[in-house]
Amino acid sequence: MVGPSSSHTAGACRIGLIARALVGGTPDHALVELHGSFARTGVGHGTDRAIAGGLLGYQPDDERLRESLDAAAAAGLAIEFKNTTLRGDHHPNTTRIHVTRAGRTAVLTGSSLGAGRIMVTAIDGFPVEITGAYTTLVAVAKDVPGIVASVAGALADDAVNLATMRVSRRQRGGDAIHIYELDHAPTDEAMTRIRAMPVMKTVRIIERVS
Amino acid sequence: MYDVLLDAVAAAEAEGISLGELALRTEAATGIRTRAEVEAGLARALHVMQGAVERGLKGDLHSVSGLVGGDAHRLANARGPLANTIFTDALAAALAVQEVNAAMGVIVAAPTAGGAGVLPGTLLGIARRHPVTEEAMVRALATAGLIGAVVAVRASLSGAEGGCQAETGAAAGMAAGAGVELLGGTPRQAMHAVALTMQGTLGLVCDPLGGLVEVPCVYRNATGAAMALAGIEMALAGVEFPIPVDEVIDTMGQIGREMDVRYRETAGGGLAATPTGRRLAKERLVQLKGKKGAGS
Repeated sequence: MVGPSSSHTAGACRIGLIARALVGGTPDHALVELHGSFARTGVGHGTDRAIAGGLLGYQPDDERLRESLDAAAAAGLAIEFKNTTLRGDHHPNTTRIHVTRAGRTAVLTGSSLGAGRIMVTAIDGFPVEITGAYTTLVAVAKDVPGIVASVAGALADDAVNLATMRVSRRQRGGDAIHIYELDHAPTDEAMTRIRAMPVMKTVRIIERVS
Repeated sequence: MYDVLLDAVAAAEAEGISLGELALRTEAATGIRTRAEVEAGLARALHVMQGAVERGLKGDLHSVSGLVGGDAHRLANARGPLANTIFTDALAAALAVQEVNAAMGVIVAAPTAGGAGVLPGTLLGIARRHPVTEEAMVRALATAGLIGAVVAVRASLSGAEGGCQAETGAAAGMAAGAGVELLGGTPRQAMHAVALTMQGTLGLVCDPLGGLVEVPCVYRNATGAAMALAGIEMALAGVEFPIPVDEVIDTMGQIGREMDVRYRETAGGGLAATPTGRRLAKERLVQLKGKKGAGS
């Protein structure tokens, strides 16, 4: 990895990579809120450059991380950094990133846990637990019975093994978020099948980031 | 994956293998990567470590703030009473990696970037005067990984959570176990080396000037390597620490949870809060923000 801090650079870069994956590529705009130690010491540790690098698709060991703020400007990615205090109980190294790309938007909250390990704790207001250690399928769907079975069936037909699975919702009868951590990435056919399910609102794939 | 180091020792003893060999077998048994892939990954990490030491020893690097740089070269070329020993080589190599890190160069987080100098410093310091094969170095790194994974589960590897004892302290523990493996000690000696080393880093606070991974972090990697060498030497001589290693690690976690937030990477206490620490941080951070313009 590129220094100087695994929490502030490697972990931050990985959270940026996940934000990028949620909108399917380099965003046009990003608002990056820095909480706790990220806010207090982020600039000296290069957290701003690491998150920008992740949004650009750089890996934690990419030497271009050092110059990523300039590269972002050149790539048409407008990034705004803001210090904040997030409500509730958060790890000291936490960021909330709002990204937009060609009309697609996403908001994620992620924490850098040390040694470059991360945990994404919210996506678009839904509570989640994503470590980035697996290829992760993130689907938002209408909260009706049988969806887990349909998605799991499509993945099983594709011979993709599920490592972990979690479904949560903000309210009964609203939308539910499905998080499937997978041992390897599904084929395009399986993704097309899942996307074609009438109850699906959005289906996104996050490649593993560690 | 083990979450009790003494279980790992028992398993290695039952099989009649070293901890590094156990770590490699355990990792391959998860099925995520083959044994060859695991070994290749560790060999790649070793080469990055060697590259960082070489780069840092040249002595021409300056950190982002300009506060540190050149000390690895200074130490490697000194003619003090401890010159030309594993001890001094290890300190110089640890400083070298941290100077590269502070300049945003490529290093191996081991377990973190802030503590990245301790493990390569200790192992490459030993290897310089005690010829070892690359295979032995790979097994030593696997040993370090096994120890670090246990510390991550039982305590913490984050200065923001547990202070510097969770970063250079954990790194020193990993380096101590790995060093015993490299020098042919037994799994039990490796575990005593971890305990003997980490008892010496308990309570160590994370107090970087201005929140930058520079002062005291760079120097603390050198003293971390010194602590690891102390643990290795004692354990290989047959010294046994009375508190079991897993309980020492738990103690580190407990102290971290009870540590005031000022001592957990926030630059609110310790050396960061001294008059000079505050003055230097202010001068350098004003400079940095002028250069980069990000953050607020």
